[in-house]
Amino acid sequence: MASKPMKIRTKTKDGVTTVKALISHPMETGLRKNKDTGEVYPAHFIQEIVCKLNGEQIALFEMGISVSKNPFIQFQIEGAAAGGTLELSWNDNKGQSETATAAIK
Amino acid sequence: MTINMKRRTFVKGGVASIMAGSAVTIGLLSTKNVFAAWNEKAFSAGAVNDALQNGFGSAETQDSDQVMVEAPDVAANGAMVQISVESKIANTESIAIVAEKNSKPLCCVFSPGKGVRPAMKIRIKMGKTSDVIGVVKADGKLHIARRSVKVTAGGCG
Repeated sequence: MASKPMKIRTKTKDGVTTVKALISHPMETGLRKNKDTGEVYPAHFIQEIVCKLNGEQIALFEMGISVSKNPFIQFQIEGAAAGGTLELSWNDNKGQSETATAAIK
Repeated sequence: MTINMKRRTFVKGGVASIMAGSAVTIGLLSTKNVFAAWNEKAFSAGAVNDALQNGFGSAETQDSDQVMVEAPDVAANGAMVQISVESKIANTESIAIVAEKNSKPLCCVFSPGKGVRPAMKIRIKMGKTSDVIGVVKADGKLHIARRSVKVTAGGCG
């Protein structure tokens, strides 16, 4: 599982809510080798992040191995009411997942 | 005594792992219906055209000034290159970021739903200096814009 919980920040200005999320994840490509043993580190990366507002899916990120370690994502919602619940959940190629929620500010 | 102690630890460990296991299972079950099938073909494609063909059903693209790609001119660390893509095209269905010379070029696909602006920012890895392509799918067509990013230290190794 993730070593640190996902961080979500929201900020609303002029009716547009900016959502920033930082996920703790190794995002191993499966291409990197251990220099001493020559063994390949197996791929371990997030495949999807589902974004929900008040229980309804509003956006989807699909990812490959080229996304950085500890992924950072940002997107914007228009007209989200303050106090609404934003839920982000990811799953990776090893079947691990994490869900976190934040209030719209 | 030692045996007993070990047994205690074992039982404790067992209970803990069962609990962790069931937590994971519950997590999976509740999210399973939500997650769409991850497009393995597109993300494992080794060429830009294959990735687009598999991801969007077409590799035909047209340059557009309605697609804004923001990227650093020089990336000192290829392991973390911040890219933002914004679409000004109506009916944008999805936005993809493609790093042309990465071994797996397709980095990510963002599908904004109702009320979400067709714009996103993400950090990607880049193996070497190449173009970063912002691909916007709107009304079944692919609109693209490129930005060249010079990578001084690769981040895919």
